[in-house]
Amino acid sequence: MNAQSARRFNVIGAVLSVLTVLAAVLWAFPIYWGIVSSLKPEDEVVRPYIELWPDNLTFSHYVHAITQTQIGRWYLNSVITAVGTTVITVFTSLLCGYALSQLRFPGRRPLYWLILASFMVPTQTLIINHFVLVANMGLLNSWAGIILPQLIHPVIIIIYKQFFDQMPRDFREAAAMDNASELAILFKVFVPMNWGVTTALAIVTFIWSWNAFLWPFLAATRTEWMTITVGITQVNDAFGVYYARELAAAVLAGLPVALAYLLFQRRVTQAITLSAGIKG
Amino acid sequence: MIRDARKEWGIALLLIAPFLAIYGLVFIYPTIDMFLLSFTDAPLIGEGDYVGTENYTRLVDDRRFGTAFWNTAYFVALSVVPGTAVALFIALAVSRLSGRFQALILAMFFLPYILPVSVIYLIWDWTMNFQFGIAMHVYDLLGIERIPVFKTTTWFIPAVAFITIWWTCGFNILLFLAGLRAIPTEIYEAASLDNAGRWRTFSRVTWPLLWPITALNLTIQLILQLKIFDQVYLFSQGGRPNDNLVMVYYIFQRAFQSNQGGRAAAVAVVLFGIVIIVSVLNFQIMRLAGRKQ
Repeated sequence: MNAQSARRFNVIGAVLSVLTVLAAVLWAFPIYWGIVSSLKPEDEVVRPYIELWPDNLTFSHYVHAITQTQIGRWYLNSVITAVGTTVITVFTSLLCGYALSQLRFPGRRPLYWLILASFMVPTQTLIINHFVLVANMGLLNSWAGIILPQLIHPVIIIIYKQFFDQMPRDFREAAAMDNASELAILFKVFVPMNWGVTTALAIVTFIWSWNAFLWPFLAATRTEWMTITVGITQVNDAFGVYYARELAAAVLAGLPVALAYLLFQRRVTQAITLSAGIKG
Repeated sequence: MIRDARKEWGIALLLIAPFLAIYGLVFIYPTIDMFLLSFTDAPLIGEGDYVGTENYTRLVDDRRFGTAFWNTAYFVALSVVPGTAVALFIALAVSRLSGRFQALILAMFFLPYILPVSVIYLIWDWTMNFQFGIAMHVYDLLGIERIPVFKTTTWFIPAVAFITIWWTCGFNILLFLAGLRAIPTEIYEAASLDNAGRWRTFSRVTWPLLWPITALNLTIQLILQLKIFDQVYLFSQGGRPNDNLVMVYYIFQRAFQSNQGGRAAAVAVVLFGIVIIVSVLNFQIMRLAGRKQ
């Protein structure tokens, strides 16, 4: 390649980079626009021209959302159901993944195939029967009722199994020589050595559960039991439409998951690629 | 090492018991229950009588079922391949960058994926607002007549597909980036020694090596979009839900709005069957393709 064509290639490269940045800005713009609109007084929001920054910056819509709506209660419901789903899902999957990977017992193969087969089952088709089940248990409008059908994430078991499969056999055998019990091996050797993957899986399970819509929407028939993702779209102001107020509520609803992603970007990426069956 | 088989069995049982209990309760039992329910005329809550296959035969002339089926197919057509293509473009663009700059640009493309559907709905409902939405300024600028996008039958599904691509393609971008990183740099060095241009390098090196990831992305997208509900439901609020029906929406409508558990279950079984068939076909095709290579 001669000098001239190298320079031409660099020019193309620079143009491509600039285009990428422009595309990224345009891509993220609706999110920015939502946030900025939530910081404007209502009369500024509906002006017939575009203002990229508020003339009079105001947090009044946030104050309104927090003090005048049930958003605090919805936040609590979301935190409890998302944390509950995460803890129970990750813990039970960890135990099951360990048994599948390290122990020999009758029915191990069929169990493994059953879990793999369940990847295909669309849980959205089970909503009727989940509703009947949860109603019969008396758990509609309760945290337990919102959590229960969300506890199926077979992929997490498979990821744990893969990670435990890669552990050197010596660890288990050395520990077994010391007469350590099976549970001690799991919690003192296997869990600490795979702490990274547990963190990653916990973060994405939390994000999935926080973002869940269909089931929490069905399970909460009374407004005080709605999670935030349901509440902000199902309960409207009695007096007309206030765009900035709605957007302030949306920003509050998205904040925890956006922060979780920005703080743990690498872990989220790892868990997502793992969940698609690609080694991160 | 001597294994105590019985002791090992006992511990294994203890470890898998919590999972099995949950799995049986919220997975296996509801699945069986769904099939049984579909042969009855039961309401949402309560007993019903056995009606044979009536709930299924009625679907043939059910206009709303037809709408739901074709809208789902239309939505899949508008979202799966275009969404994967957009993700591939973005991944290729992002993969050229490096370091913190790359992380920043990737975050901007990825951020929508992390947000709950209700936030996506509120943002776009505002952006596309007929009176005050910023997208309408763009319409004015381009000389297109303003339309209340989510209130029209023609534009509803395309608009929701567009927003869905914007929302979910971050996931596919990550998979493509992982795939691009897995391609050894030596191959690109060899290509540049051969004076291969950008396009030749892409079409002869990147594309073939990336094909397994592309197929994976298409598969995941296809199965995901068949099950669409949230966006369609939210954007239909105050619009024309009956024209915008998709499969899961129809299940919801029959069960929770018309109180017809049995008829809804029949629709659920049909969707269940479609998703399983698509999954199995996909798996077989991927396996055959894998063997050929």
